[in-house]
Amino acid sequence: MNAANYLYVSALLFTIGAIGVVVRRNAIVVFMCVELMLNAANLAFVTFARINGNLEGQVVAFFTMVVAACEVVVGLAIIVTIYRSRRSASVDDASLLKR
Amino acid sequence: MSIFTAPVLNYSLLAPILIVLAGAVLGVMIEAFASKAIRPVAQLSLTLGTLILAIAQVWRIRHQSSLTAAMGSVAIDGAAILMQGAVLVIAILGVLLIADQEQFTVLAAAVPGSEEERESLESGQKLTEVYPLTLFAVAGMLVFPVSNDLISLFVALEMLSLPLYLMAGLSRRRRLLSQEAALKYFLLGAFSSAFFLFGAAYLYGYSGSVSLAGIRDSVVGGSGNDVFFLIGIAFLSIGLLFKVGAVPFHAWTPDVYQGAPTPVTAFMAAATKVAAFGAMLRIFYTAFANAYWDWRPLMTVIAIITMLFGSFVAIAQRDIKRMLAYSSIAHAGFLLAGVIALNKAGLDASIFYLFAYGIATVGAFAIVTLVRDSTGEVTDLKRWAGLGKRSPFAASLFATFLLAFAGIPLTSGFIGKFSIFSAAYESGNKAIVVVGVLSSAIAAYFYIRVIVLMFFTDPADDGTSVVIPSMLTRITVIAAFIITIFLGVFPAPLLNFITSLAYFIR
Repeated sequence: MNAANYLYVSALLFTIGAIGVVVRRNAIVVFMCVELMLNAANLAFVTFARINGNLEGQVVAFFTMVVAACEVVVGLAIIVTIYRSRRSASVDDASLLKR
Repeated sequence: MSIFTAPVLNYSLLAPILIVLAGAVLGVMIEAFASKAIRPVAQLSLTLGTLILAIAQVWRIRHQSSLTAAMGSVAIDGAAILMQGAVLVIAILGVLLIADQEQFTVLAAAVPGSEEERESLESGQKLTEVYPLTLFAVAGMLVFPVSNDLISLFVALEMLSLPLYLMAGLSRRRRLLSQEAALKYFLLGAFSSAFFLFGAAYLYGYSGSVSLAGIRDSVVGGSGNDVFFLIGIAFLSIGLLFKVGAVPFHAWTPDVYQGAPTPVTAFMAAATKVAAFGAMLRIFYTAFANAYWDWRPLMTVIAIITMLFGSFVAIAQRDIKRMLAYSSIAHAGFLLAGVIALNKAGLDASIFYLFAYGIATVGAFAIVTLVRDSTGEVTDLKRWAGLGKRSPFAASLFATFLLAFAGIPLTSGFIGKFSIFSAAYESGNKAIVVVGVLSSAIAAYFYIRVIVLMFFTDPADDGTSVVIPSMLTRITVIAAFIITIFLGVFPAPLLNFITSLAYFIR
């Protein structure tokens, strides 16, 4: 199968993730969309590793998974704290700083 | 079966990074095993000791350079040494501010206004997690400007960002604001690192290599798919421009600067800028240098918009921390002029500017921590009126830092701006010089307005006063003041030092 198709899928996933970050209001969903974008980048890395015929891209994918896991730890901690203070995880409610 | 060869590491050249990481891990251990009574002193001395040891190591390796310190993943060269030194000096001053524990909540997990929070505050305990977090962030900032491949760039970017997201949410007062700042910083930061990673993937697809040298070879050789290259450079730049707070990726800057505890803002504003511009200079001066025709026009537009936007919007701010945030956006624009210049003078000037700006920023935010009333810090500009009559010493120091931001002669800011603009002029980019000088003039207006407000307005009687600073805060302010003036009056020693060391090995 043509490897370029995986690049199209990756670009599509990245776009879905980016649109999700912009339009969704729940912090958890926004965060999931960011993770989707990271995975889209991972897919692109692995596809390019296949196209270029070396392993570096696959190595990057492993690093990205570890970093994404760390990001989940920090991100969920912040979102849970803010949920406990406000009883809401909506990013629209967090608007004290605009005023 | 393939044979696994163990990587060869040059521990001597990696010493600064490894020392800071070891200090951070030890800090976590202290947090787990030491009694609550000795933690604050133990953590502070460990953190400061680690940073000073790391500076000594940076000084020791200042004349060395190597591409193979960590199997090609990091490049230790003169520019890297200078950037690491600047980050460490700023981190020491920042840690001295962070040591003022009045600013931090005791129990970050407690719900604001709850019984639990009240009890934790009354117990008189201190929040000490912030020290290891600071050290982890510093380690990331040391790796970011020396990274020589896309993997270490991405890992370092996250390593410096993740602790900062948490530190932004630790404020003792106005905790909802602080948590909101942490949430915004985190979501937008993660969003931008996804862009960074996607760009990195396409650069890898373009060149078939994750090292900056490999990308450079592809750019010079002209092999590879140009569409991949353009996508890669665009997305990677978005991630970097977000970190330095350039327009149109600046939206987080004012909110995070305002919401985060002021000592954290001081450290973050100064040190992140050094690290991010360090990485940016390395990427654009080595990997992308030969493709400058592809990125220079757009980057010039971004630099111009950033300078003008930062300067104009800062005029309308009524909060001192937000005003300093917009001024930092304007400064990001001036620094971009140094990146775009793409010559040796631009590199020297950028490093000098980063150092001078970072020190002045720490000093300015240190003064902001001192202006308080009974409920905490006063950041409303109106209530700063007449501060110069009540506390002439603090107000004059703050005025000095503002004059340095404005680039008035005899302060470090003047030398920084002058060298950046002359480097940009040398590279033939006259538009950026004209806009830069114009927006400096606009910026000078709002800096001087604050000075007028402090010295020539009658004080309102609303309980705003400058508290007596602790010894550590006093050291920070005085050191920042001395460096700012010294670099303005005798810039030659540092400028010569930078000129002799600043180069990128490829």
